[in-house]
Amino acid sequence: MPNVDELKKICTQVRRDIVRMTNAVQSGHPGGSLGCTEFFVAMYYDILHCNPLHFEMDGIKEDLFFLSNGHISPVWYSVLARKGFFPVKELASFRKLDSRLQGHPATAEGLPGVRLGYGSLGQGLSVAIGAALAKKLNNDSFLVYSLHGDGELQEGQIWEAAMFAAAKKVDNLISTIDVNNAQIDGKTTDVLNLGDLKAKWLAFGWDVLEMKGNDIEEVITTMKNARERTGKGKPIMILMKTIMGKGVDYMEDNYKWHGVAPNNEQLQKALAQLEMTIGDY
Amino acid sequence: MKKYSYTELKDTRSGFGTGLLEIGRKNNKVVALCADLIGSLKMDAFAKEFPNRFFEVGIAEANMMGIAAGLTIGGYIPFTGTFANFSTGRVYDQIRQSIAYSDKNVKICASHAGLTLGEDGATHQILEDIGLMKMLPGMIVINPCDYNQTKAATHAIADIKGPVYLRFGRPAVPVFTDPSQRFEIGKAIVLTDGADVSIFATGHLVWKAIEAAVALETKGISAEVINIHTIKPLDNGAIIRSVKKTGCVVSAEEHQMNGGLGDSIAQLLAREYPCPMEMVAVNDSFGESGTPDELMHKYGLDIPDIIRTAEKVIARRAVEFEK
Repeated sequence: MPNVDELKKICTQVRRDIVRMTNAVQSGHPGGSLGCTEFFVAMYYDILHCNPLHFEMDGIKEDLFFLSNGHISPVWYSVLARKGFFPVKELASFRKLDSRLQGHPATAEGLPGVRLGYGSLGQGLSVAIGAALAKKLNNDSFLVYSLHGDGELQEGQIWEAAMFAAAKKVDNLISTIDVNNAQIDGKTTDVLNLGDLKAKWLAFGWDVLEMKGNDIEEVITTMKNARERTGKGKPIMILMKTIMGKGVDYMEDNYKWHGVAPNNEQLQKALAQLEMTIGDY
Repeated sequence: MKKYSYTELKDTRSGFGTGLLEIGRKNNKVVALCADLIGSLKMDAFAKEFPNRFFEVGIAEANMMGIAAGLTIGGYIPFTGTFANFSTGRVYDQIRQSIAYSDKNVKICASHAGLTLGEDGATHQILEDIGLMKMLPGMIVINPCDYNQTKAATHAIADIKGPVYLRFGRPAVPVFTDPSQRFEIGKAIVLTDGADVSIFATGHLVWKAIEAAVALETKGISAEVINIHTIKPLDNGAIIRSVKKTGCVVSAEEHQMNGGLGDSIAQLLAREYPCPMEMVAVNDSFGESGTPDELMHKYGLDIPDIIRTAEKVIARRAVEFEK
């Protein structure tokens, strides 16, 4: 495992990137991005076998990652850039005209690290399953990972995909749900209660794990555990509890920060809580 | 006028099924997916011969489109199969985002297009699919006319990279094109040379247009029948060449007037060569239950409709020339 203190420093920097990127264009989705920071840092700095310097769409003999809840693009872009997929200074182009960093991740502009257009929710799990089937056909033992929002589970396609992956034993797939109980209109439990998620995924035939998503050591341990459980006939689902807006006190556990950018005053307040560790873009 | 005859009556979906099996044998990157309609889509032979490359997804078309998009990541060429309605309208957003916008090499193969699936009625028929699919940036839209051409088109789309919508149907229709033809995407085929009217037809209406041209000849009218098997990209050059000769146009298709082949041709002519044009198509209506022949008659997509429409547009040209 890489040095956890180093990873925590990277997390702080990624959080600075998120609030600065969204502030700069006064749009974007800081809440979920901040909540998933530890997950992305753990994934790209420890878990995923991928090649940042030589990105290929087909991703043969490497792990693949799909971000079904594409609106949390700021955290993904920040981690991809920090990991070397593209220049860190390009983060300044987020959501601007002629940018590769579209509001929601896209392939049309050829941004390294992104294999699909995201935004309309509920689609990423099916695509991840398809990519996992391709790996099986290719006798490629590397894995496919996907991340989803909890609100996204209100989309019916997710459950079509859930049924398929278990029935067809797609056991080289590790999916994670960001359980932050928040979506645009309010708490997920209020908007449309998802019920007992663990029981649901178990009933659909998945192997289910749980973890605290803002504890980077627990994320790494759980993801490694998940990796050990692949190839046993079941797709794997990780229910990841996070706090929306984690790291910025006035945003924490407040669904109103799902898709609102901090203003300049709020930005300064946020940056004061987030130490600059490896340098701003 | 060049004469055409047909060898037999056969459904275009069987051309797809045979074509799929052949390209499956030729290219081990070809995979196929179906949403509980293997028999209807004629995918049985492929499924039997290549069980590892065939995915039955059940009645879950949205998931099928997503899985197809994912299979391209890793180098596969997925062919999805279901009815045209469930291949387009039901899954439009999945196709738009995960396939078209993401530029994935998925071949969306759609049977039972138009009215001619017959008795199941309007929920299973679709007359809007060409319009839906041609509006998506980068999507190629193909509607072949008979068994042989559908088979050849299935081969051709495997050989190009990028998303394709391939539309075919259920009824047995005359097989008159060359069994060994090479299908050229985007290249219209002039079937009869004519001087008085250009008839641009697609899919099941192509044979009907040929029959209409024979009838028109007996009335002293020389019709140029052109098979527009590819609606997008449209063969602008072939269309303009013909219209410069004839000065008037009929389009014929088993689709809504809104958004169909006629609509694409009208756009082209408005920009480059305005002239009288009439459309044989369904006019802002859903279908209903009935036999294919009854439906084609009731909705104005039959041989007499093409003849009448050709005479009408020729008369319009005469009046508009006098002005």
